[in-house]
Amino acid sequence: MTKARIDARFAALRAEGRAAFVAYVMAGDPDADTALQILKGLPAAGADIIELGFPFSDPMAEGPPIQRAAQRALARGMTLKGTLDLARAFRDGDQDTPIILMGYTNPLVTWGYDAFARDAAAAGIDGMIVVDLPPEESDPLADALDAAHLSLIRLATPTTDDRRLPVVLRRTSGFVYYVSVAGVTGVKEADARTVAPHVERVRAASQLPVAVGFGIRTPERAAAIARVADAVVVGSALVDEVAGAVDMNEDVTARVLRKVASLAKAVRFARQGLAAV
Amino acid sequence: MNLPAKPNDYSAYPDAHGRFGDYGGQYVPETLMPLVHDLDAAYLAAKADPAFQAELDGFLTHYVGRPSPLYFAERLTRHFGGAKIYFKREELNHTGSHKINNCMGQILLAMRMGKTRIIAETGAGQHGVATATVCARFGLPCVVYMGAVDVERQKPNVFRMNLLGAEVRPVTSGSATLKDAMNEALRDWVTNVHDTYYLIGTAAGMHPYPEMVRDFQSVIGRETRDQILAAEGRLPDAVVACVGGGSNAIGIFHPFLNDAGVKLIGVEAAGEGMDTGRHAAAINGGRPGVLHGNMTYLLQDAAGQITEAHSISAGLDYPGIGPEHSWLHDVGRASYLTATDTESLEAFKLCAELEGILPAIESAHALARLGDVARDVGQDGIVVLNLSGRGDKDVATVAAYLGREV
Ligand SMILES: Cc1ncc(COP(=O)(O)O)c(C=O)c1O
Repeated sequence: MTKARIDARFAALRAEGRAAFVAYVMAGDPDADTALQILKGLPAAGADIIELGFPFSDPMAEGPPIQRAAQRALARGMTLKGTLDLARAFRDGDQDTPIILMGYTNPLVTWGYDAFARDAAAAGIDGMIVVDLPPEESDPLADALDAAHLSLIRLATPTTDDRRLPVVLRRTSGFVYYVSVAGVTGVKEADARTVAPHVERVRAASQLPVAVGFGIRTPERAAAIARVADAVVVGSALVDEVAGAVDMNEDVTARVLRKVASLAKAVRFARQGLAAV
Repeated sequence: MNLPAKPNDYSAYPDAHGRFGDYGGQYVPETLMPLVHDLDAAYLAAKADPAFQAELDGFLTHYVGRPSPLYFAERLTRHFGGAKIYFKREELNHTGSHKINNCMGQILLAMRMGKTRIIAETGAGQHGVATATVCARFGLPCVVYMGAVDVERQKPNVFRMNLLGAEVRPVTSGSATLKDAMNEALRDWVTNVHDTYYLIGTAAGMHPYPEMVRDFQSVIGRETRDQILAAEGRLPDAVVACVGGGSNAIGIFHPFLNDAGVKLIGVEAAGEGMDTGRHAAAINGGRPGVLHGNMTYLLQDAAGQITEAHSISAGLDYPGIGPEHSWLHDVGRASYLTATDTESLEAFKLCAELEGILPAIESAHALARLGDVARDVGQDGIVVLNLSGRGDKDVATVAAYLGREV
């Protein structure tokens, strides 16, 4: 499983001729039970891959939406262990949807990389994105993930030039995450025309699928990115739905999954010019 | 215990990977990696360029007011009845603390790199004021991130920064103090990668900052060495400094690292007391982890979430410490003591009454352990204390402690 699950999912989507829709949700936001309901509903709502954020007190690359999501989750006692519990509970009912954990280094250091990689694999995790662990610092984690057959997914960004790209791609597997804007999550907007040549560049250098994220909020934009990339990641717009539903006392799960469905539909039909949005 | 090997040359760090033993490194998002590599290269080139050093020296002499005096604190010496006490008078620098040494070095580097916009974080506001000052002097726009809580408790410094033309942005995320200001400055940098220079105020963060800030602050220790040799014909037995992120301490320690006879003593903020959990002592009350780009001792919970620091001194109210201190602690070359809020306020009063000097509350933490160190070293010995800043900014805090209105 693990790496194989990511590869299988991209192979299936390639056969369908469409991009993947990747939904980012924060573990424990707004609470553990609701987060599990959301997770369980994601595949049916159209998420092809799940990025599961584990909260950190000091998320230096996040804009206000995901910062607040992390604070909501931490306020309800969510931890990295609790995040793995959620993944395990999800995996009981779904053997096919890849789950990528996304977060920051310190909770992993606290756990210990080797033990964590084993426990994450056992919980049904397929890969990891660690925002503040660049190639220069990630060999110890990469070794641990290799031993557990988990993918390390690295970020390439607008500041990653051709000279640096091979450094980023070394030991990356599953897919590459292209950060569409220089900035934090959920603030600037991604532009498909600007992003397209970078996706080409990364795809050519890596021979891996390229996901694009940071700054995709609407079905229109998701569809535009889906025409040029192998996967479209939406995070801030989804956690904003959690916040909005909590504020308005609405059904959080229903509201988040509605948003997921509209984005997923846009991605699904983007290349057929059928995006009814 | 598995203690790391003692190096032959303590001053030869960081290594090529920006490491002091296990500590330091570059734990930053990919977007920033090319920028920190550029900074590293630019700093190495500047460091090797005599013209850059000469320019910096000129400004340190004529603008900052260096060298700062080394002053024999005669009455405190008598009061404690131990070693001879000297103060390294960093509080006499322009803007009132050691922070300007680093700001002057980094602003010259920023201009050399062609950067046109400066950002900084600040806790007490001392680094913010020093940054705003050099930005005014060289005509660069300046944005200072400051926790909303600190904006409230350091109002005079906020106004000072405004007078100097800087924009102060209050930070409400997280705990709204120094660590959050640093997060927000990093977010600004990730967003404005082309024109912006991040002027970090202490010897922490990702490589090359711990090395660069240390180098710019090492002028304190170099002068101290020359001055004590001139005054006493020998090196001191101990050097004492307060430790927030650790820049004034590493600045005075560094030129003495290979002098085995010189004890190096840092003092961390114990806040309301180490046993209350409400303190800011990363080494004495934390464990190693990763925050703000480096591996170092941190205050954190069992799951690896960073916990809030507590200190009456906004300048020490940080849950981490520079990586070189973490390493000096582990290899046993420096030792790290603590002082509570109350002990520091008492030391503040004592210094004011006996020496006619109002110390910054930060520096007062070092003063709070000075008697112990002086008695420990004994009457034939010499102790140098780094008086990192002046206390004018703190009179309201001290008045509140004394139950008085100002
Ligand atoms: C006067 C003074 N001393 C010390 C500090 C602590 O910083 P560092 O440990 O970097 O010297 C500060 C920080 O604001 C300060 O203003």
